[in-house]
Amino acid sequence: MEVSIEKDIIMTSENTEKNESVNVQKAKISVKNTKVWYGDFEAIKGISMEIQPNSVTAFIGPSGCGKSTFLRLFNRMNDYVDGFSMEGKIKIDGANIYKKKVHVEELRKEVGMVFQKPNPFPKSIYENVAYGLKIQGITDKKVIDVRVEKALKQADLWEEVKNDLKKSALALSGGQQQRLCIARTLAVEPSIILMDEPTSALDPISTAKIEDLIFGLKEKYTIIIVTHNMQQASRISDYTAFFYLGELVEYNKTKSIFTKPEKKRTENYITGRFG
Amino acid sequence: MENANYQKELLNQAGLEMMSLCISQLGKATEAYLNNDADLAEEVIYTESHVNALDISIEKNCERYLALYTPVAKDLRFVMAILKINIDLERIGDHAYGISKYVVDDEDPTPAHLIEALQFEKMHATIQDMFDDIMDAFENENVKSARKVFKKDKILDAINMEAFSIIETEIKKDIQVIGKALQLSSIIKKYERVGDLIKNIAEEIIFYKKAELLKHKGKKK
Repeated sequence: MEVSIEKDIIMTSENTEKNESVNVQKAKISVKNTKVWYGDFEAIKGISMEIQPNSVTAFIGPSGCGKSTFLRLFNRMNDYVDGFSMEGKIKIDGANIYKKKVHVEELRKEVGMVFQKPNPFPKSIYENVAYGLKIQGITDKKVIDVRVEKALKQADLWEEVKNDLKKSALALSGGQQQRLCIARTLAVEPSIILMDEPTSALDPISTAKIEDLIFGLKEKYTIIIVTHNMQQASRISDYTAFFYLGELVEYNKTKSIFTKPEKKRTENYITGRFG
Repeated sequence: MENANYQKELLNQAGLEMMSLCISQLGKATEAYLNNDADLAEEVIYTESHVNALDISIEKNCERYLALYTPVAKDLRFVMAILKINIDLERIGDHAYGISKYVVDDEDPTPAHLIEALQFEKMHATIQDMFDDIMDAFENENVKSARKVFKKDKILDAINMEAFSIIETEIKKDIQVIGKALQLSSIIKKYERVGDLIKNIAEEIIFYKKAELLKHKGKKK
C-alpha cells in the first residue's frame, strides 16, 4: 500500500480545495515500501509515506492496526522487540536511519519520544530534565541550568515547579509528570517528537495543556502523535494517517479526513461505525 | 454508536415531518387564496404555531446531537444540512402564513383574469413539482432529484420578472383592480422566494450527500 502525502495533498487540492494554495515542503521523514514482521506475523504491509516538517501528523486506527509499530520505527524502538524484522527504507532528512553505521543513541537525540504513561525517573524534577544532557556529556552546570529552564518553559511547566526543582518528579500530578517527560525530551533538542497516546492517561485539563503545548511546539519540531481520540486528532494535527490491518488506508490533510474522507473505511472508522 | 444512529434517525424523521408540514402549509394557503376560503386560511394561521414549535425542537435536537456525539464527516454534514434546511422550511411556513393572512384580511376574491394573466397557477404547479423533487431528494437521499429544482426555479424567476409589466397593463385597463393586482404581485414575490428556499434545500441535500458546496456558484448542473 503506497500513499504519498504529496500526491494526496495535490489530489485534495484538485478535488476539494481548489482555492487553497498547496505548499508541500521537503519531507522530514520519508518512508519507502516498509514492511515489518514480528516472527511470521506481518504487522506493517508495505507502507510508503512522507511526513512534513514543522507539522503535527496524527496516526489513527483501531488497536492492532500497526500505528504504534510504525511510529516506533522512526527512533528504532522496535529493534529490541523479539522477532522484529523489517524491510524498506526510512529516511530522516534524507539519511537512511536503518543503515548499519547509524548510532541509535545519536538517532534518538534527533527523534525524541513521549509515551502513553508518564515515566519520569525516580529522581528530582531537575535531574529528570538534565538527564539526557548529562548522557550527552554536557558537564557545564550553567549550560545545563539554562537548558533545563528552557525545556521546562517550553513544556509549560516552569511556573509550576521553578521553586521545587529538587522535589521528586514522582510527587508531581499525572499531567505535570507528562509535561516533565516532554521537557526531558525537549532538553536534548530533537527535531522530531514521537508521541504514543500522550494524553490517554490524563484528565481533560491536563490533556488540554498538552494539546496546547503540541500546537505551540510544531513551529520548531516535527511531531507525530498516535491517538485513539478522534477529536484530539482533528483538533491538533495538520495531517492524519488512518491505518488498518497493517496498511495505510488514507493519508491527507486533517481537515479533509474529518470532513470528506476519500475512503469508505476511513469514514466508517472516524464516524465510529467500526473499529 | 447505536444510540448515535438512533438520534440521527430521530433528527431525520423530524426534518421530514417539518418538510411535509411546510409543504402542506403552502399548499393549503394557495388553495385558500385561489378559492377565497377564509376557513382554510385560518387553519394555516393556526398551524403556524406548530411549525414554529417543530423548528425550535429541531434546532435544539441538532445542538444536542452536536454536543453529545461530536459528529464528523458525513454525520457532521447531515446535522449541518438539517439545521439549514430547517431554517429554509420555517421561512416557507412564514410565506404560507403571509398568504393566508391576505385571505383572512380581505374577503373579496381575486379576479380570475388577473390570476390567469399573471400565470399564478403555473407558478403554483411548478412549486408543487419542486416540492415533490426535494421531498424525494430528502427522503431517499436522491441527489438527482435535488438537482432538478434548479432548472425549474428559472420558470418562477421568469414569471416574477414578467409580473410587473403585466400588472401595469392590467391596472391601465381597469383601475379598480389595483388593490388585488398589488396583492397578487406580493404573493408572486413570496412564491419566487419559496423557489429560492427550495433551491437552498436542494443545495444542502447535495452538500450532505456529496460534500459538494453549490452555494454562490451560479451554475448548478
